[in-house]
Amino acid sequence: MSPRPLLLALSALSFAVSAARADTAPIEIQWWHAMTSANADKVAQIADGFNTQQTAYKVVPVYKGSYAETLNAGIAAFRAGTQPAILQVFEVGTATMMAAKGAIKPVYQLMADAKEPFDPAAYLPAVTGYYSTTDGKMLSLPFNSSTPIVYYNKDAFTKAGLDPNKPPKTWPEFFDDAKKIRASGSPCGFTAGWISWTQLESFGAWHNLPFASKANGLGGTDAELAFNGPLQVKHIQTLAELQKDKTFDYGGRTSEPEAKFISGDCGMIQTSSGFYGNVKANAKFAWGMAELPYYPDVQGAPQNSIIGGASLWVMGGKKPEDYVGVAKFFTYLSQTALQKDLHEVTGYLPITKAAYDAIKADGFYAQNPEREIPVLQMSGRAPTDNSRGLRLGNLVQIRDVIAEELEATFAGKETAKEALDKAKARGDVILRNFQKSAS
Amino acid sequence: MESRSGGFAWVPHLVLLIGAALVVFPIYVTFVASTLTPSEILAGPMTLLPGSHLVENYLAALTHGTAFISGQPVARLMANSLIVALVVAIGKIVISLLSAYAVVFFRFPGRMICFWMIFLTLMLPVEVRILPTYQITANLGMVDTYGGLTIPLIASATATLLFRQFFLTLPDELVEAAKLDGAGPMRFFVDTVLPLSATNMAALFVILFVYGWNQFLWPLLVTNSASMTTIVIGIKSMIGGGDSQTPWHIVMATTILAMLPPMAVVLLMQRWFVKGLVDSDK
Amino acid sequence: MQRRVVFDNRWLPYLLVGPQLIVTLVFFFWPAAEAIYFSVERQDPFGLSTEFVGLDNFVTILSDPGYLHSLGVTAVFSTSVTLLAMVPALLLAVMADRVVRGSRLYQTVLILPYAIAPAIAGVLWLFLFNPGVGVVAFALRRIGIDWNYLLNGDQALALVILAAAWKQISYNFLFFLAGLQAVPKSLIEAAAIDGAGPVRRFWTIILPLLSPTTFFLIVVNIVYAFFETFGVIHSVTGGGPSKATEILVYKVYYDGVVALDLGGSSAQSVILMLLVIALTAVQFKYVEARVHY
Repeated sequence: MSPRPLLLALSALSFAVSAARADTAPIEIQWWHAMTSANADKVAQIADGFNTQQTAYKVVPVYKGSYAETLNAGIAAFRAGTQPAILQVFEVGTATMMAAKGAIKPVYQLMADAKEPFDPAAYLPAVTGYYSTTDGKMLSLPFNSSTPIVYYNKDAFTKAGLDPNKPPKTWPEFFDDAKKIRASGSPCGFTAGWISWTQLESFGAWHNLPFASKANGLGGTDAELAFNGPLQVKHIQTLAELQKDKTFDYGGRTSEPEAKFISGDCGMIQTSSGFYGNVKANAKFAWGMAELPYYPDVQGAPQNSIIGGASLWVMGGKKPEDYVGVAKFFTYLSQTALQKDLHEVTGYLPITKAAYDAIKADGFYAQNPEREIPVLQMSGRAPTDNSRGLRLGNLVQIRDVIAEELEATFAGKETAKEALDKAKARGDVILRNFQKSAS
Repeated sequence: MESRSGGFAWVPHLVLLIGAALVVFPIYVTFVASTLTPSEILAGPMTLLPGSHLVENYLAALTHGTAFISGQPVARLMANSLIVALVVAIGKIVISLLSAYAVVFFRFPGRMICFWMIFLTLMLPVEVRILPTYQITANLGMVDTYGGLTIPLIASATATLLFRQFFLTLPDELVEAAKLDGAGPMRFFVDTVLPLSATNMAALFVILFVYGWNQFLWPLLVTNSASMTTIVIGIKSMIGGGDSQTPWHIVMATTILAMLPPMAVVLLMQRWFVKGLVDSDK
Repeated sequence: MQRRVVFDNRWLPYLLVGPQLIVTLVFFFWPAAEAIYFSVERQDPFGLSTEFVGLDNFVTILSDPGYLHSLGVTAVFSTSVTLLAMVPALLLAVMADRVVRGSRLYQTVLILPYAIAPAIAGVLWLFLFNPGVGVVAFALRRIGIDWNYLLNGDQALALVILAAAWKQISYNFLFFLAGLQAVPKSLIEAAAIDGAGPVRRFWTIILPLLSPTTFFLIVVNIVYAFFETFGVIHSVTGGGPSKATEILVYKVYYDGVVALDLGGSSAQSVILMLLVIALTAVQFKYVEARVHY
């Protein structure tokens, strides 16, 4: 008997088997992120949760370095045709991503194409406003959002003769308390992390002052910087004066100053709400959280603070079935239970109204009232054009320019007015470059 | 052994001790930090005496320190680093030996052009050309492969320069003797040049091994699957920039662990440094 | 430089130099050409819209006063790092060559710093020198120095010079030692018998014989100081305060990777590349003439 029919049958059978297996092999969705340590753990957990509850898709998280390195990896991959489906990009990269039409797929379009139920109204506008167009179309999904708040050392307060349960509400009170803390022997009164974000960007939003024209850039790439107004100049000049005797002590451009608070050196710090986990685990003193202080003589203050952190962008050039998977994953991410858990464990702000309500209903904030401070600070009032967020090209560079000029001010080499005017001039050049390359 | 006046024999030791202490201080601090708890590390300033958590921290580092990158065990990451380090070191030494030999011991048209082309690779750092390099690697289908991890790193010139320097010092008599004996260039290479290059090869092996072992930016770009990650990426993935909390004690412990293989290589290569191995009468 | 006595095979040298040339062509020249081409374009990071702009990028850079400042900082930085990395290394290598007992231990210990990944070494330096929690910072404050490199530019520059040189000391030590070990003992013994003391022996015999290694190290150290010190500066000072530690390669990397200005970054790297090529050519022409082969 000729072996051929048998061979034919066998190959047909194996083909059928492999085809069947191919049908059931999940479609891989790569999620490139910059999360480290415990937060990376959370990312892995979220992906696992999605993967185990269905078999059609598999989300694979890949750590790609810092935010800048991850963005670069995404860019390199896109140029080489190997881009992931999901890319985590820091908030300052929003303008760059937005301008890259073709390289990205906006979330609202993703959800519509995949016919996934998607209601923009279900999301907290203060959080998603940063990542949406001016008419409310969501471009990227917020993932780890934070906002600046005050952490203060209750023991240092007591030692300085201050009431540890009454943190300062206004800037004059804040400066006063810092002076007393310094006088009582602490090496430093207060410091600030993310100097540009806390002392100029959020400062502007909190006092309803523009950081840049055109609604801080949300209205177009022809925006110009505007943070060198009289209040900001006065504020920075005060910080420079206080630097002289270390009532205010500059600690670095990003999160380095946080170490000065944890070690007990500085009695107060203004920095990201995401610092919470670190303080809780490592501070060896009683501490509390408080809202940002404001200048009481400014009309409209306090308004609301703006967010920092990162969001998830969907990259262009993938297959339609990949996008269906991403859409389903985003639905999964927006689930109330998941958002609730994410917020309570990591401190990231919840992105949906339902999640926020659920957290409240659960009594979480009743037990931990300070955890609600960031959310209230952000969504306490309806945002104005000055406080919806920023969308400026090359904001990373602009932040460094600002930091450079502020450093010169704190070192006594320039006045605040000179520094902020110079920063505006240099920043505007950067904005025009971006405008040219984005057109 | 040189003869030296007995009275000052302690001078070298003193200089070496001071030098060693200064140079090693940051590493000592790393070690101390790996035996403390995170809050002890962050309580400024950190103590300089080792703490009591050595076993506990190293066990944590070995077992679930890198759970943060999709649960790859430290052994796997170290294995990847080892492969990259070995392939890069051996690859670079081999092709550099051959190129330097060609450039020094032969006269051929384009000789200096070849040398300068190879040497030019030092003048444009990797980070600048990393986007196009990644693109080419992707086009060649080498993303997420050991080939992609290693071959682009072999295109470098330090080893070639070093061998060129050394080959230029070899006396002409050696070459003439070989020619008289009827030995061809390859025989001369294997029988005479290679053994004489032993010390330099050992030094280079240490340097290039460490270079391959410590690569960060390129493996980060060119690998996507967690099983291809290297130990340095593993360590960096624990250092939070911004919001997340860095488990410094585990970071430090893993850093010390990651230094052990390069240290082992240094110890192994020292056999080649032993005085007298090199023929004193060339 | 060329030897007097050579082999005369025709095709063998091409075969020997082939592998390195191929790897170099594919993985260096090809991407480098593309990277250099970026310098005459203006494009968005994703490469979706590119526009040929000729020498615009170069003009923008060279007319930026910040660039000249960077040039000055780089000159100071590179010279200091090279000196600080080579002189102690030579001293330590000479000492290590002389001792018998404990030589292996000294060698291992002195080569150790090289084993720490640059990506992580920067973090360690922060730990040591950070004005808030650094161990060394604390000690400096104790002896009265107001250590705050976050605001004091000179302190910041001193710090990054130290951090960058530290790693290179191990590298130089290793090669100096290898070079010293290759010096024929017979020569030294003969000189000793002739009555030359250790210092005299060092200057007249060892140093000249060490010169090929020294030349190699000078070239490599300068290239290192110009190109590979980005990581240290990025993690310790970020080019600050107020550009006090912004060396040329830092601007290249920052503009390319962080600011995503590929055109500007490429143009700067072309200028930097030409600078270092010129520097190296000068070294080969003038310094190598004094090398004793």
